[in-house]
Amino acid sequence: MSGAVLCLSGVQTRIGAYHILHGVDLTVPAGCVLMLLGRNGAGKTTCVRTIMQHWRACAGSVRFDGHDLGALTPSAVAHLGVAYVPENMGIFSDLTVRDNLLLAARSARTVAQIDRTRLARIFSHFPALERFWLTPAGSLSGGQKQMLAVARALIERRRLLLIDEPSKGLAPAIVETLITALAEARAEGTTILMVEQNLSVARRLGDHCAVMDQGRIVHQGAMAAFSADPALQARLLGFTLGSGGHSAEGMHGFAA
Amino acid sequence: MRKLAFLSNDPPKSRLLAALLAAVVAALALAPLLFPGAKALAVAAKILVFVLLVASYDLLLGYTGIVSFAHTMFFGIGAYGIAIACTVLGPSWSAIGLGLMAALTTSALLALLIGLLSLRVRAIFFAMVTLAVASATQTLASQLSAWTGGEDGLNFRVPIELSAGYRWLETPLPGLGFSVPADGRLLAYWGLFAVVSASFLILLRVVNSPFGRVLQAIRENAFRAEAIGFRTTLYRTQAVVIAALFATLAGALLALWLRYNGPDTSLSFELMLDILLMVVIGGMGTMYGAWLGSALFLLAQNYLQTALASLGQPLADLVGLLVGSDANRILVGVLSWSVELLSPQRWLLWLGILFVLSVYYFPSGIVGRLR
Amino acid sequence: MALQPDALMPSHRVPPDIAPWLLIAALAAGAFFVMASPSTWLTLTIAGLAMGLMLFIIASGLTLVFGLMDVLNFGHGVFIATGAFVATTVLGPAGFGAPGSWLLAPEPALQILAVLAAMVLAMVLTGALGFLFERVIVRPVYGQHLKQILITMGGMIVVEELIKSIWGAQAIALPLPECLRGVYLLGDAAIERFRLFAVLIGLGVLLALSQLLSRTKIGLLVRAGVQDREMVESLGYPVRRLFVAVFVAGSALAGLGGALWGLYQQTITAQIGAQVNVLIFIVIIMGGLGSVTGSLLAALLVGLMANYTGFLAPKIALFSNIGLMVAVLSWRPQGLRALASSR
Repeated sequence: MSGAVLCLSGVQTRIGAYHILHGVDLTVPAGCVLMLLGRNGAGKTTCVRTIMQHWRACAGSVRFDGHDLGALTPSAVAHLGVAYVPENMGIFSDLTVRDNLLLAARSARTVAQIDRTRLARIFSHFPALERFWLTPAGSLSGGQKQMLAVARALIERRRLLLIDEPSKGLAPAIVETLITALAEARAEGTTILMVEQNLSVARRLGDHCAVMDQGRIVHQGAMAAFSADPALQARLLGFTLGSGGHSAEGMHGFAA
Repeated sequence: MRKLAFLSNDPPKSRLLAALLAAVVAALALAPLLFPGAKALAVAAKILVFVLLVASYDLLLGYTGIVSFAHTMFFGIGAYGIAIACTVLGPSWSAIGLGLMAALTTSALLALLIGLLSLRVRAIFFAMVTLAVASATQTLASQLSAWTGGEDGLNFRVPIELSAGYRWLETPLPGLGFSVPADGRLLAYWGLFAVVSASFLILLRVVNSPFGRVLQAIRENAFRAEAIGFRTTLYRTQAVVIAALFATLAGALLALWLRYNGPDTSLSFELMLDILLMVVIGGMGTMYGAWLGSALFLLAQNYLQTALASLGQPLADLVGLLVGSDANRILVGVLSWSVELLSPQRWLLWLGILFVLSVYYFPSGIVGRLR
Repeated sequence: MALQPDALMPSHRVPPDIAPWLLIAALAAGAFFVMASPSTWLTLTIAGLAMGLMLFIIASGLTLVFGLMDVLNFGHGVFIATGAFVATTVLGPAGFGAPGSWLLAPEPALQILAVLAAMVLAMVLTGALGFLFERVIVRPVYGQHLKQILITMGGMIVVEELIKSIWGAQAIALPLPECLRGVYLLGDAAIERFRLFAVLIGLGVLLALSQLLSRTKIGLLVRAGVQDREMVESLGYPVRRLFVAVFVAGSALAGLGGALWGLYQQTITAQIGAQVNVLIFIVIIMGGLGSVTGSLLAALLVGLMANYTGFLAPKIALFSNIGLMVAVLSWRPQGLRALASSR
């Protein structure tokens, strides 16, 4: 598919004795935001980790921008312009906010070399990061840590963002800033693959969506079409979007 | 079928291995009659002691998966128990009995303490703690010189029945081209053989019992074992105690044979490394590996040196020739160093390399390879 | 943009954890009251600090290696021994100890230079040995703790034998230059010159290490890697190479520590590594595996304790350190400075 930047075909992943991905075929068009949806345990996180090569696929291929990722280490994948925001955020609690961002800014050898404009934009989205610039990241609240995790992915321009459930447990106002910041990234031309269980976020940010179930992609298409089809939603996810949203309890913790 | 039950249904499982083991056991059993001289008997006796010591360690390392550096401590307790008892109470069987009981009790209590306190923590912590404790015990032994004889150790006499002057048969026994007086030393040796063999069979029974199987399950996956319902700490502690008791017995036997004990004889760190070498090269988790590992190690320690000397000789001659001529100094230096590597005193180097290779390539040691 | 008030402590700073420092001060103060004379106390305290800093130099590398890659090198003592032996050669008759050479020169500056040369060479050679050790011995057994313990012990046996093959099995003397022998007199207190020198070197290493770890990117990477190795890799840094670098640096530091220790003891045998090993393990367990500050605190405690009990009650010296370790672990089971790692 022309314009596709990330392409998974027939990807199968085993972790120990568990066969999690049973042949994932996924295409992410360039410059889009694709929401990866699905019930708990469907294999969404495994999918993302396989792309990042933290887990190796035992069959199939993962191609990004023409490169076969299966032959690369996670750091080599990152060098192709991929940023990964894991589910557990991966914040270095012992390091300050500044140092966390410095490590994420690969091209900067010192803090002074970090792109000022981008930093200013991050501060405008997430003022807390400026306030707690020299505070050890471990002392931040959950929401602020999440902000930091996303900020690390935005500190330099990337081709692809892999984000795993960034809005989990966040206050609605923070989720707003998240959406704005990520939309800006998309506007820059960054492709985003986002695992999300908060469907209101998915609906507002996503251009495309893919639904996973039991290690396979069971639906892929435009987000708008999916949002407009409650029957499809109910069938694939077990519930519907309703009148649109907010990250109320009803959206989370549905039966697996 | 009776034969298998004798070995607790855990036979060698390989013709070659069985033959090798039979040969080793037979050689040890008949050693006084096969090999002349005091040295041969001394080596054989040491091999027997180490068979028991290494088998008890295999229970810990091979079957339960616990790395402990405190095993020499229990060995030393057994040895000192006998040594102190015989020194203080005189060379009598009751003194030996008392010393042994005291040593076994002390070991059991210490093992219990170590097990319950440390086994809850990560393996690495446990290993380091045992290292520290063993080191401390060695220092303690040299410092409590009033009791232990300090650095010099304790020389003591043993009951008359075990000493060289005692004759239990008038006529000497027929050896291989020489005759062997039927004296107390012979009795001591065969007593040693009997106790070691019996203990080994008991250990074989332990590792093949339901208890032993739980230990192996814990070794494979402690988390799962705990989930199934086994109190892993309890099982591990029992393993530590049993291993400690047999190590203590081995120490007592050593002291009785040598009629001497000192900190270097039974408590040194070098000894702990030797045990590790024997258990890994022989084969972890096999029990039978103890016989092969100990025999190999002690034979190497005592006889490899002569072999190495003969190997190193031609090379040394070559270097001698070169030194005379105008040869490149660096080449001479490297060659002299290679000769040095092959010198008899460096036998441990080669055994160490064998040990490292075993851990990589044959974790089940010789026994594993032969199976 | 209205943000929810964030739950965070009112001050932007985390209150510094001074309890372990107080413990050190308490130990020193306690010893002061127990001892009859202030001058003895001063001598022993400086000796304790010197020993502590040497232990820190050796332990810091080991604790980082463990924190970063979850590898415990039981054979770390081998680098200590190599460093000490390299120093004997550099300062011996074949090196700067030859008649007319620097060590025996009348100018103190040249003598110090000889010692520094020995230290630098010790670091370089043990670093190289560390590189080989990591590649041949450690790399094949990542993630398998049991095998790591066995293999690194095996590696230690092999290298110890190699040391004996080069330098011989008997004890060798490590000569101190003239200007570092003897004592300074501060009132009644006799302060050994070499111990002061060791304190200076130790402080220098401490300073360099802390600057490296807090101000340079690579230092940040090491600290970050100790907490979350996978994330560091995801950010685009090859963690493998980082680990090799840390292992080599740790070995080099152990070599430096070994050289200093050898000069401190003045005679060494091939067993020097195994002897110091036990103390090092006590230090890193007490300090908290993976924490450099923790190992500094623990090393100072161990050094002071060893010297105080060495004077007051020599028989219980090693036990006192084990007792100290047990006491500290009862207070803080993860060590003085436990690291919050997301492993």
